[in-house]
Amino acid sequence: MGNKVLMKGNEAIAEAAIRAGCRHYFGYPITPQTEVAAYMAKRMPKIGGVFLQAESEIAAINMVYGVAGTGRRVMTSSSSPGVSLKQEGISYIAGSDLPCLIVDVQRGGPGLGGIQPSQSDYFQATKGGGHGDYHLIVLAPSSVQEMADLTALAFELAEKYRMPAMLLADGTIGQMMEPVELAEPQEPKFEEKPWAVTGTKCKREHHIVNSLYLAPDELEKKNFERYERYHTIEQTEARYESFMMDDAEYCVVAFGIAARVSKNAVVAARKKGIKVGLIRPITLWPFPKAALEKAAAQVKGFLSVELSMGQMIEDVRLATHDARKVELCCRTGGMIMSPDEVLAAIEKLTGGEK
Amino acid sequence: MVVFEKPKSLTQKEFHYCPGCTHGIIHRLVAEAIDTLGIEGSAIGVAPVGCAVMAYDYFTCDMVEAAHGRAPAVATGIKRSLPECVVFTYQGDGDLASIGMAETVHAATRNENITVIFVNNAIYGMTGGQMAPTSLPGQVTQTSPYGRDVKTAGYPVKVAELLSALDGPSYIARVAVNNVKHVLEAKKVIQKAFENQIRGKGFSLVEVVSACPTNWGMTPQKALDWVEEKMIPYYPLGVFRDKTAEEVQA
Ligand SMILES: Cc1ncc(C[n+]2csc(CCOP(=O)(O)OP(=O)(O)O)c2C)c(N)n1
Ligand code: SF4
Ligand SMILES: [Mg+2]
Repeated sequence: MGNKVLMKGNEAIAEAAIRAGCRHYFGYPITPQTEVAAYMAKRMPKIGGVFLQAESEIAAINMVYGVAGTGRRVMTSSSSPGVSLKQEGISYIAGSDLPCLIVDVQRGGPGLGGIQPSQSDYFQATKGGGHGDYHLIVLAPSSVQEMADLTALAFELAEKYRMPAMLLADGTIGQMMEPVELAEPQEPKFEEKPWAVTGTKCKREHHIVNSLYLAPDELEKKNFERYERYHTIEQTEARYESFMMDDAEYCVVAFGIAARVSKNAVVAARKKGIKVGLIRPITLWPFPKAALEKAAAQVKGFLSVELSMGQMIEDVRLATHDARKVELCCRTGGMIMSPDEVLAAIEKLTGGEK
Repeated sequence: MVVFEKPKSLTQKEFHYCPGCTHGIIHRLVAEAIDTLGIEGSAIGVAPVGCAVMAYDYFTCDMVEAAHGRAPAVATGIKRSLPECVVFTYQGDGDLASIGMAETVHAATRNENITVIFVNNAIYGMTGGQMAPTSLPGQVTQTSPYGRDVKTAGYPVKVAELLSALDGPSYIARVAVNNVKHVLEAKKVIQKAFENQIRGKGFSLVEVVSACPTNWGMTPQKALDWVEEKMIPYYPLGVFRDKTAEEVQA
């Protein structure tokens, strides 16, 4: 440890995944995440891993489903339009209780949208995305370091709770170069999972990886069980960073690249004597509800800063029970707000109050 | 004829298929191949969405249920993770030749070392008899009530011929199960499709011309006759690609 290397955000994801023992990658090219695939294409054959350029995102996620069923670490990466195509497969993976990692380096939408950074897949990522009752664990990096760290964490959480995890990044952090300290490489673990398909070797009953339950009472029971697990996750796995919140009278909420811009704005506001702090959700699901609920007891208002028309703001309002005013500072379509724009929004929220 | 003793590789669960449905015979042939080759412990099957969706309950090997049409991609993932296992898919015509055509073609062109059993019954069985990509010209179905009009609905997809145009796949054959002679041939071909995988030869697909008496609106016997009179002339039986034979000759 201790050795810092300069890396692009997307490459940090790939290297961190390899170091976390992931040896199976399936993807389809799309800007602004193609560096993940390019990195995997170079490295995987050298370390006995599998890199496969699938015929589509649909095929890629179903290859992920296949590997996940065998109990091994596996991932795919894409950007917004590609992640929409993956939703069918993600729903099947969630319904079959399998772990895997899906990376979404978001770009502007809807439709073909643009190729510039965005956070407008928030609803899709945090509310399920595909059909049916399910969630993903959603992690939102705001630095190249976190691209690496949260990739490793995503695998661990996915396996701990037997569910897919998503790294919800954006084009800025994907393309940004920063020094990063990488974890020690881990050899892939090949322990038999009690549910995995690995061939019965005629020594056990067959395992079935499946999400079909034709009897409604059985399907309901399955969903109840899954949601009990989700409840535990909500209680124990919410992560966030709190910045200058100790004496804050106003609170900015932002994740990913928007949080970096907001941090600068908070510092600038403090210089002007405005008592404002920042809560940066690191897990978007589970959303750090308790932290925001607590903040609502302390501050007079919230500002949700997002690269979308206002998606996370709904979770901020829910978590704070609308007990305080919640305002929005947003840019969309690939545009990014400047720290000055956020500062102006903070000043508007506080009404010039010091 | 076939000895009616249940293959070891089939579970005790009773098939849910309609009387006269050929899915049962094809399951049996797959199970017999697994038994003969002694691969029950290393086989992993991928079930489709279609009448055979519950195939995961019928085979004693490990099984995965794939989304509609995605079985070849799922099988690719499994095989790449566990190359020592024998991975097969079992798919209908809607599954393999319509919604899953891209997955089929690309698994074939990669010469993915898997075995695909393709049940062509010229209809969407499970959803109640709609037009399939393989429904014959003029064939009346729920969604082609005046008969398949090739001017608006296009022509049937001949999967074996189509895939044989690719350089990738190793073995492509079409068989039928409408009489004893055809069943015995089908048995050999299906076994070879598994053997190829064990020998590392790559993608093997067996198209099985099949019957769906229920949605064809026929008695089981009439349906088997229809296979002989209508289906087989349009879908000729035979081996369309055999790279393993080419190797032997060379
Ligand atoms: C994405 C999706 N679209 C449609 C369906 C509905 N569906 C279930 S089975 C089926 C057709 C199956 O036909 P085929 O593959 O020919 O199998 P068969 O039942 O004839 O054996 C369809 C369209 C589905 N389950 N999923
Ligand atoms: S509907 Fe057709 S394909 Fe399905 S089980 Fe009945 S006969 Fe077989
Ligand atoms: Mg069919």
